[in-house]
Amino acid sequence: MPLLDVKKMTHYFGGLRAVHDYHLSIEPGQIRGLIGPNGAGKTTIFNLLTGIHKPTEGEILLDGNSLVGLFPHQIAALGLGRTFQNLCLWRHMTVLEHVMLARYARLDYGLVGAFFGTAKRQRQEAESEIVARKLLRMLGIEDLAEQNVLNLSYGNQRRVEMARALATEPKILFLDEPTAGMTPEELIQMMAIIRQVHAELGLAIFLIEHRLKMVMELCEQIQTLVFGEVIAEGTPEEIQNNPQVIEAYLGKETLH
Amino acid sequence: MANDMLSGTPPAGALRSSWRRLTAPVPLMGWLLGSLGAALLELAAGGAVAGLLGLDKIPLLFGFLIAFKQPLAIPGVLAYDILVYLLPVLLVGRLSAPPVNRLVAALYRLPLVVSVLVHLGLLYAALHLWSGVSDYRVLMLNLMLIAIMLTLSLNLINGYMGEFSCSHPGFMALGAYAASIFSLVLFVDDRIFGQALLPAAAGPWLFPVALVAGGAMAAVGALVIAIPSFRTRGDYLAIISLAFLFIVKSMIENLELVGGPRGLGGQPGYAGLTTVFIWCVLCIWIINNFVRSTLGKALNAVRDDELAAEAMTIDTRRTKMTAFMFGAFWAGIAGGLYAHVLQHVTPASFDLRMLAEMLAMVYFGGLNSVYGSIVGALSLSVLSEALRPLELIKWIFIPLLLILVMIFRPRGLIAFKEFNVRDIVKPKA
Ligand SMILES: Nc1ncnc2c1ncn2[C@@H]1O[C@H](COP(=O)(O)OP(=O)(O)O)[C@@H](O)[C@H]1O
Ligand SMILES: [Mg+2]
Repeated sequence: MPLLDVKKMTHYFGGLRAVHDYHLSIEPGQIRGLIGPNGAGKTTIFNLLTGIHKPTEGEILLDGNSLVGLFPHQIAALGLGRTFQNLCLWRHMTVLEHVMLARYARLDYGLVGAFFGTAKRQRQEAESEIVARKLLRMLGIEDLAEQNVLNLSYGNQRRVEMARALATEPKILFLDEPTAGMTPEELIQMMAIIRQVHAELGLAIFLIEHRLKMVMELCEQIQTLVFGEVIAEGTPEEIQNNPQVIEAYLGKETLH
Repeated sequence: MANDMLSGTPPAGALRSSWRRLTAPVPLMGWLLGSLGAALLELAAGGAVAGLLGLDKIPLLFGFLIAFKQPLAIPGVLAYDILVYLLPVLLVGRLSAPPVNRLVAALYRLPLVVSVLVHLGLLYAALHLWSGVSDYRVLMLNLMLIAIMLTLSLNLINGYMGEFSCSHPGFMALGAYAASIFSLVLFVDDRIFGQALLPAAAGPWLFPVALVAGGAMAAVGALVIAIPSFRTRGDYLAIISLAFLFIVKSMIENLELVGGPRGLGGQPGYAGLTTVFIWCVLCIWIINNFVRSTLGKALNAVRDDELAAEAMTIDTRRTKMTAFMFGAFWAGIAGGLYAHVLQHVTPASFDLRMLAEMLAMVYFGGLNSVYGSIVGALSLSVLSEALRPLELIKWIFIPLLLILVMIFRPRGLIAFKEFNVRDIVKPKA
């Protein structure tokens, strides 16, 4: 049984059909890619899977349990962690606070602990800080832990988002254009980080990416989305050689 | 710079740095001891000093009250403040710094709670001595401590959570009436509620129950607002909470059982300075604990980016509801104390003016900050009291001040500063 199984998912924004008859199945530990021109509906697919929008039609199963209709925080706690294409950071918080906050669902000291600072709370917060610092080290931003996120470079802000998503202990990590706006060096670092995260944490990764080189190198299976429909699916070689993809996507890209 | 030296006045920077050098080695306990010394000095010689300076009596609130009524007395009052308060505090604080630092360091090595209790004990002693001089001071102090609780609990909603709630006076009224009814029914032979049901001696012991009942009542009120307001994202809270305030007020006005517009009186005097002080400390401690926990910081996440908060497993709706009810609970507690301090409440006092004052305290003191709420509540309470003789002008002055703050410090005096008790009771140098 696949870890995540999406069947016949369709979504309309009013009259606009953003996603049509979408299928996906992710096995544990896989890295999958989703490419497609701007406005194709890639982010919408993430938003549907993570519960921000409810699909007009279709099924989403995680470990065989339906996610449709659950709140985003419930879906996140069940194991779908994500980053955002346009960074969604909390502007008044430090890097460490970001990552620790994402441990929210793992804490069970409750309001009593929060109000009275019980020993249980101290212990859980301390553990949470250890986990958070470990993730920051993995992403190479440990020394920025006490900084407000707004003081960070764009590339580092993206890493904070990733550390934060990892802190929820996802089974599948959804990365929405994780290298958008990055310099070439940052891009190479980010690829290394994604590989490392995948190897060390053994989670599945679902990647939206604009830069084809990155998807081609990282992913085992790639879907190409155009106008909300998957026009091609396969290994990087198959995608690269698919005439439809070349026409719809690569062709345009090579023109630039 | 050269100009300054020629004219002989020390530059402001130099003044500030020498002030800093003077005060830097003094730990908080030094200042508390200084305050205690000043209070003792006033007790012993305040009247004499006031007489020498040509004042009729000692200034009750550092001269803020006299300043507007008798401007000619201002120099005398200033001299009094310097002689009786400023100099003793500075002297005692500075001179005692070396041994006090050693004491503080020794305490600091023990569990934190010991240091905190010693500091609180000293603070209470100083306040007790200072206010012992007149009932007016006790009343002012009680109201200020209540204002701190109200400001802090409102800051939780308007600052930490970033919503805009207008219902705080309503919550306070619910708490005030619920606690009053509790006390009156059980412990007072009352015209409205009849014979006391329990011996009056048990009253003070059950006063916490009365207050918590008031707080719970306010929290239920908050739930009524929260359910429709937090259903969807959007700015419904401001409007719904404002409506709630008016509903509570007119409901009480029309309820003859609790005295209608005439209000409810005869509450036993359970809320002395000690009681109010303890509740205020509890309020600060618990709210500060909350906002520094991950559960509390979830409020900031909801405020700064609700979508990201959801995606990071935070139950945003529950977070908002609990925080809102929690804030209301403390407003209810404050209301119960208020009713028992004044021993009479009328629905008319829980009006827009009170709301304006609370909002001013929150926004002036600083959003998302326990320090800010304390400073805002204290400074605006004093200011409001000082301006009271001017009645109407006061209501021009306070909004004006608020506008100035919004222009020059949009988030308030001490916004976004963590209130870390461990740092506060730390030895200096
Ligand atoms: N919340 C929304 N409401 C209405 N239309 C939307 C919304 N989000 C996205 N869309 C539309 O859906 C289409 C797909 O958008 P998106 O998923 O962001 O594309 P991509 O991520 O592939 O660039 C676009 O036409 C966009 O305008
Ligand atoms: Mg997108």
